[in-house]
Amino acid sequence: MASRRQVRKGPFTYLLRLAVVTYLVLLVAWPVVLVVTHTFEGGTATLTGIFSDPDLVAALELSAYAAVIATAINTLFGVVVSLLLVRYEFPGKRIMSALIDLPLSVSPIVVGLALVLVYAGRDGWFGPTLEGWGFQIIFATPGIILATAFVSLPLVIREVVPVLQEIGTEQEQAASSLGASGWQTFWRITLPSIKWAVVYGVVLTLARSLGEFGAVKIVSGNFSGETRTTTLAVEEKYLNFDQQGAYALSFLLASVSVLSIIIVFGLRARGARVNETRSHSGAPVAELAPSEGRTS
Amino acid sequence: MSIEVKNINKRFGNFVALENVNVSIPTGQLTALLGPSGGGKTTLLRIIAGLDTADEGSVEIEGVDATKLPVQKRNVGFVFQHYAAFKHMSVAKNVAFGLEIRKQPKEEIRRRVDELLELVHLSQFANRLPAQLSGGQRQRMALARALAVEPTVLLLDEPFGALDAKVRKELREWLRRLHDEVHVTTVFVTHDQEEALEVSDEIVVINEGRVEQVGSPDALYDEPANDFVMSFLGPTTVLDGKLYRPHDIEVFTHPGIEGSLPARIVRELRVGFEVRLTVELLDAAHEEIVVTVTRAHQRSMGLREGIDVWLSPTHAAAAVPVGGLN
Repeated sequence: MASRRQVRKGPFTYLLRLAVVTYLVLLVAWPVVLVVTHTFEGGTATLTGIFSDPDLVAALELSAYAAVIATAINTLFGVVVSLLLVRYEFPGKRIMSALIDLPLSVSPIVVGLALVLVYAGRDGWFGPTLEGWGFQIIFATPGIILATAFVSLPLVIREVVPVLQEIGTEQEQAASSLGASGWQTFWRITLPSIKWAVVYGVVLTLARSLGEFGAVKIVSGNFSGETRTTTLAVEEKYLNFDQQGAYALSFLLASVSVLSIIIVFGLRARGARVNETRSHSGAPVAELAPSEGRTS
Repeated sequence: MSIEVKNINKRFGNFVALENVNVSIPTGQLTALLGPSGGGKTTLLRIIAGLDTADEGSVEIEGVDATKLPVQKRNVGFVFQHYAAFKHMSVAKNVAFGLEIRKQPKEEIRRRVDELLELVHLSQFANRLPAQLSGGQRQRMALARALAVEPTVLLLDEPFGALDAKVRKELREWLRRLHDEVHVTTVFVTHDQEEALEVSDEIVVINEGRVEQVGSPDALYDEPANDFVMSFLGPTTVLDGKLYRPHDIEVFTHPGIEGSLPARIVRELRVGFEVRLTVELLDAAHEEIVVTVTRAHQRSMGLREGIDVWLSPTHAAAAVPVGGLN
């Protein structure tokens, strides 16, 4: 067992800690705590009130629906693209890698406008054709999913790519030499190796998707009870001076994110514990293992 | 012949990895591909396995043209230098992998895995994860995993290269005995001449993408085809325009032996039981020659720095001309 290195704690260490803690409290903890306290200022009435308003329930459902679909798409797509980026050489690979980061750097509102340009029913580049087939994208759920998927696209890929690079190809080659097809190798070797990266990517994508505002605002049309998502409802309430309601909805959004992070944390700890108990079944490895000499 | 490699050419960009390589590897034998790093031996092994493809040429395994067959269809067992253990699977699951892919009945798989773990002395570690094994144990697991599918040929890429010297030595003796038990045609890559000489039935010396010589360890050591093979297989020294082994040069403290050359001992270095004498010829060029003698020999003859001696190659000593091919 590696023992933690003892570092001498001088005044500088404490100063640094203080600075970091202050920074995090001012920027993250305090504001979030305030949202919670404001939510429960008048008891739980505001919170329960949300669930009795059918329009708000519809908004929550729509947010969940769009986030889950977008996450599913991005997970599937993300794993495939990661494999492509790490395991294959092709012209334009660097450009593709750069393009994947674009959604993180472009303002979501620009994303929304861009999607309208392509998919708008009347004058979009591709929209009228789809409309002719009976698909409405903009001002409808597909548009919301599209916008959500766009902004959260890189998250799975950025988690999975470094892990794929780290595990290398030898295990996969060994599997092939033992007769496994590409598909079998992926399911039995590659996927279990990148499992945790995918889980993290999914959680990040889900959290990002639930919180998406700008792009969705443009493409959804913001019709109450139909295409208004939870984040749009928060804005609506805030602008209508229903701050209590805005805080309550925000609280719901934030708790989902916190909850998913806690779940991943728990799963991870459990995974680590399982490994731990396996390695400590019986005596420590070093004692139980016979020396190489005795094997002959 | 078990493996027939014909006219293989392989380039990586401008680098010529293999140039017109022709090798026949005999059935049931342990063959070493020996050569310096970057000489192309691993590339050749990977081409035989189907993990790499040659630009030109063909590979035949047990009479079947395998040139176009993917690695899955070649029925080869491949062992990697860094084990390539399936990290998320137990030792038993690792070994069972190939059998599960082949959809063998569960009972049969369990029996076979037990048998193989017994063979590689890892029975009590069946439920461990690879991370909990030592390097040598991991490599034995990888070997059992490769043997599980009853491969036509077993290919090992520097199998002991990542292990420390002591374990490496033990494991190669063990591999030799294992091979005597299972008799599967085995090819292993190594850059360690001692390993090749000790373990293999046949050695293929590869350098700069070409086959330099093929033969038994004795044949290679006693009759090297050229100066490269000679110097790669062991220490050499130059006497009279020819390469000799330092232990193949006899030292006399008196003149009179026909053809012996006068010289003077300028340095001595003792390494364990042997003594390396650096000797300077008493001719115009003052060439330096290294001669090794045993410690006992040195003592009985009183060989020490500064004395004059006479040198002569032993009878039937292996020798090749310097810088040229035979």
